[in-house]
Amino acid sequence: MSEKKVIIYSTPTCPYCHQVKSYLTEKGVPFEDKNVADDIEARNEMMQKSSGISVPVIDIDGTIVVGFNRPKIDELLSL
Amino acid sequence: MYDLMIIGAGPAGMTGAIYAARKRMNLVVVSENVGGQTLWTDCVENYPGFTCIKGIDLVSKFEEHIKSFNIKLEYGRVERLSKIPEGFVANLEDGRTIDARTCVIASGKSPRTLGVPGEKELLAKGVAYCATCDAPLFAGLNVAVVGGGNSGVGAAIQLMQICPKVYLVESESSLKADEILRDKMLAGGNVEILTDTVPVEIIGDNFVTGFKVRNKKTQEERIIEVQGVFVEIGLEPNSSFVADLVSLTNKKEIPVNCRAETGVPGLFAAGDVTDVPAKQIIIAAGDGAKAALGAYDYLLHLRQPAG
Repeated sequence: MSEKKVIIYSTPTCPYCHQVKSYLTEKGVPFEDKNVADDIEARNEMMQKSSGISVPVIDIDGTIVVGFNRPKIDELLSL
Repeated sequence: MYDLMIIGAGPAGMTGAIYAARKRMNLVVVSENVGGQTLWTDCVENYPGFTCIKGIDLVSKFEEHIKSFNIKLEYGRVERLSKIPEGFVANLEDGRTIDARTCVIASGKSPRTLGVPGEKELLAKGVAYCATCDAPLFAGLNVAVVGGGNSGVGAAIQLMQICPKVYLVESESSLKADEILRDKMLAGGNVEILTDTVPVEIIGDNFVTGFKVRNKKTQEERIIEVQGVFVEIGLEPNSSFVADLVSLTNKKEIPVNCRAETGVPGLFAAGDVTDVPAKQIIIAAGDGAKAALGAYDYLLHLRQPAG
């Protein structure tokens, strides 16, 4: 099974961002974390991908999940 | 069919789950998220054992405790709870149904919405209810905050440090926030306060581009050019899914007695969704325990009728 590429767009103060990151860590899923509070370029990228201004945004191999939607993440990553 | 269904996974629901699991009840917790309002609390300073613990860290500890019991957690939003002969059935937004002999409602509170056109459509596209979460995303943009209480002014203080211009919209003629917060906000120099002003419409196609407001005194309407609208006008109980089953108070809370009973046999409620006088983590946790023990006793008596 090929590993899926996961990017999380987050801010340091958002509790749901922390929850999604600890969830994926617990499940052994590697991910790239982009802090959109500091990185305007990442913020714009996130806004374009998600058509929104809200964190967390999770990009799983190009499929966008907005918010810590556990059932959707489980489905996309077959957890 | 489960013995017990707990709706909500904040302090009340999670504590109830621990107590029910220790009674070896066959239980399920149904919730949209784990933690509820505690997640938004920066520092909890009144939960015994911790002089200061971040809300998210306290939630993690609760969650760890829950996981030690292997409790079934179903993620979803309950749209309706109904009575069936054997107990209760919950209809979830995603179409699933879950039934149980007893039920504890611990669904807490959510941010109150404005109820103006454009608000739903532009949710997460500039309309935000969690300044702690989303404020940093609005760096360099102009924003409005609705609500002149402590949370609204707190949000404005956070935003004025990263936004060129912040509008604070308040429907009354003065702000309710503490003086110390108001002074801090005024010192920023880039917050314009619009009192006696009510929201009319949030404008935008893909993202928020403007916010139409009306002055209650002059009836004059204007559109303020903002890319973000933060709604900070308090919280509302998550009780609408049970409105057919129990008669809610005028604050939309579920009335309970000191045993966490709702008046409907087998249906209990705990925490901030109830009419308990103090909305506190420790009180929600305690009520959650009471409710779960009540559900346990209820089933015990059903199975072994007295006399």
